[in-house]
Amino acid sequence: MGTSAGSHSNSLVYLESVSKIYPTTAGEFYAVQNVTLEVKPGEFFSLLGSSGSGKTTTLRLIGGFEIPEYGQVFIGGEDVTEHPPYRRDVHTVFQSYALFPHLTVAENIAYPLRIAGLSRSNIAPRVQEALRMFRIPELGDRRPSQLSGGQQQRVALARALISRPKVLLLDEPLSALDAKIREEVRQELRELQRQTNLTFIYVTHDQEEALALSDRIAVMHQGRVEQIGTPEDIYTRPESLFVAQFIGKANFLTGQVMQLDAEMAIVMVNGIAVKAVAPKQVPSPGDWVTLMIRPERLQVGQSVKADNQVTGKTASVTYIGQRIESNVDTSLGQLTVTQLGGSATMGQEDVTLTWTAHDCIVIPSPPSSPVSSV
Amino acid sequence: MSSLSSSLTKRRSRFPVGLYASLLPPLVWMTLLYFVPIALLVSYSVWRLEAFDIVQEFTLKNFQTIVFSSAYRTVIVRTIGTALGVTLIDVAIALPLGYFITRYGGRYRPLLTILVILPLWSSYLVRVFAWKIILGYNGVLNTALLSLGVLQQPSQIFLYNQFSTTLTFVHIWLPFMILPVITAFERLPKDLIEASADLNAPPWTTFRRVMLPLVTPGILAGSINVFSLTMGDFITPSLVGSPSGIMLGNVISSQFGVSYNWPLGAAFSLVVMLIVFSGLAIVVRQGALENL
Repeated sequence: MGTSAGSHSNSLVYLESVSKIYPTTAGEFYAVQNVTLEVKPGEFFSLLGSSGSGKTTTLRLIGGFEIPEYGQVFIGGEDVTEHPPYRRDVHTVFQSYALFPHLTVAENIAYPLRIAGLSRSNIAPRVQEALRMFRIPELGDRRPSQLSGGQQQRVALARALISRPKVLLLDEPLSALDAKIREEVRQELRELQRQTNLTFIYVTHDQEEALALSDRIAVMHQGRVEQIGTPEDIYTRPESLFVAQFIGKANFLTGQVMQLDAEMAIVMVNGIAVKAVAPKQVPSPGDWVTLMIRPERLQVGQSVKADNQVTGKTASVTYIGQRIESNVDTSLGQLTVTQLGGSATMGQEDVTLTWTAHDCIVIPSPPSSPVSSV
Repeated sequence: MSSLSSSLTKRRSRFPVGLYASLLPPLVWMTLLYFVPIALLVSYSVWRLEAFDIVQEFTLKNFQTIVFSSAYRTVIVRTIGTALGVTLIDVAIALPLGYFITRYGGRYRPLLTILVILPLWSSYLVRVFAWKIILGYNGVLNTALLSLGVLQQPSQIFLYNQFSTTLTFVHIWLPFMILPVITAFERLPKDLIEASADLNAPPWTTFRRVMLPLVTPGILAGSINVFSLTMGDFITPSLVGSPSGIMLGNVISSQFGVSYNWPLGAAFSLVVMLIVFSGLAIVVRQGALENL
């Protein structure tokens, strides 16, 4: 058992301030910088970020394909920082699936069992069971080159899961599939994780995918973890401007903190006092902060429950099927409002927008230049 | 009106004159320099020599001579044995070399690959002679062993025997083995090797179960190169080999030269071709041509 893993005894995967550095002509490049995160048993954990954010490198550090320059990697409480991949109880579903082209589907799935030294008579029924479970029983004798993308993905999953590893790493497993079967496979993946109760660590650049699948998400940016939380945390209570901008659409307002207590903050924006939820990292009065309001949290028309109210004129209306998106010019700046269903009732007339303090999030560091919307 | 009707009529597919015209030069080249000589070779092999004159009558006498002469049978067996041995040794050298160059070569990989093929830029004769200089009575090896005190006087065991022939063949044909093997290693997707390690296979198991099967076409392609080059060679055995260790190439060259028996030489050439083509057929069935 690792020494510093004691305090994280219920974590299955624990990264302690790991950094991965690549030398470049200009000096050093931190692909992953000082990342600390823990994944609990049975969790569906996503690493979300755009390309170059370090999410895949983080996954490769867990898989053992990269060794960090700083920090430690624990799996099941054991320090595996310098263990090669073949000595880690972690299997990977590669973005390319990496199926062995010279082996049949059944032989591919049997591979980890053969490596583990199981006899052929023990392997065959388990492979058959896996083929049935992934609903590809007729494909056992095919070669990977004869399979569709979706079928290859099932084989890759079956191969990675057959020896029941502690952790399954998935590197953008849906990115090679076309949009139609993507959503279908996404559902299956979630069900599979619930049924098997295995721990999944899932790398994706697709925020919708991460929100729909994960128990918890780590949003990564420039090699660092910006925020770790449940999908709801990440969406409704972003802790940094990056997370707020990266996930979904939002209105951003810049203002100065006037008044503050444990729960509430009053922020002056263009001379208007706006009530908002105080952030975890409490700013002090006089600090410049950014306020974030999701477009669907703005109500059109008067409301008694609302803490904030502003009037404005509709600048433009966009009809997007199930929702309508309007831009409203107010004294706070232009605000984007999303309404579900109905018809575009807002013309050029004056509109009143209201929202609760609960839906208005204070984000500490203000941007260098004021951001108005989306 | 006319544009409408033309859009409704199916465009007639034209005979691709340009395509066939462009195939003409290589076709002429192949016919003159390949098919015609082979046809001549086949005709000569079924003619016979009578009092230094070639008699153009059909006979299988040349082939009978080859099959029923024990001396010629020995030469055939020795040639095939040497060619197989050289091929196996080159495989044994090229496999680890290809593995290490592609896996650990890093940014020196192109340089290392060039070093492997560099000998090909020097003359074949120079490379064979180099071994004569190294292995000879007053050669580099003997001089070194003398000065180290290992030998009291120069030894003759290094040169003019089966060992020196094999060694020279192994060296001069090695690039023809290494190139396809390195290419095969380079084409090996990195994620397959990672996937194998990920599924808990230690490096040697990954090599045996994933890398080796996938570089086999490259090994077979290289083997055909080395095998056929050795089968047809007559210079190396005559320069560094033993006088009693002649190979099929020497027999053919002497039949077309001093012995002046072109029909028998032609028959021998066909025997060599038959052996090489049988080897090729075996290898092609394993899918080696994809890597040639």
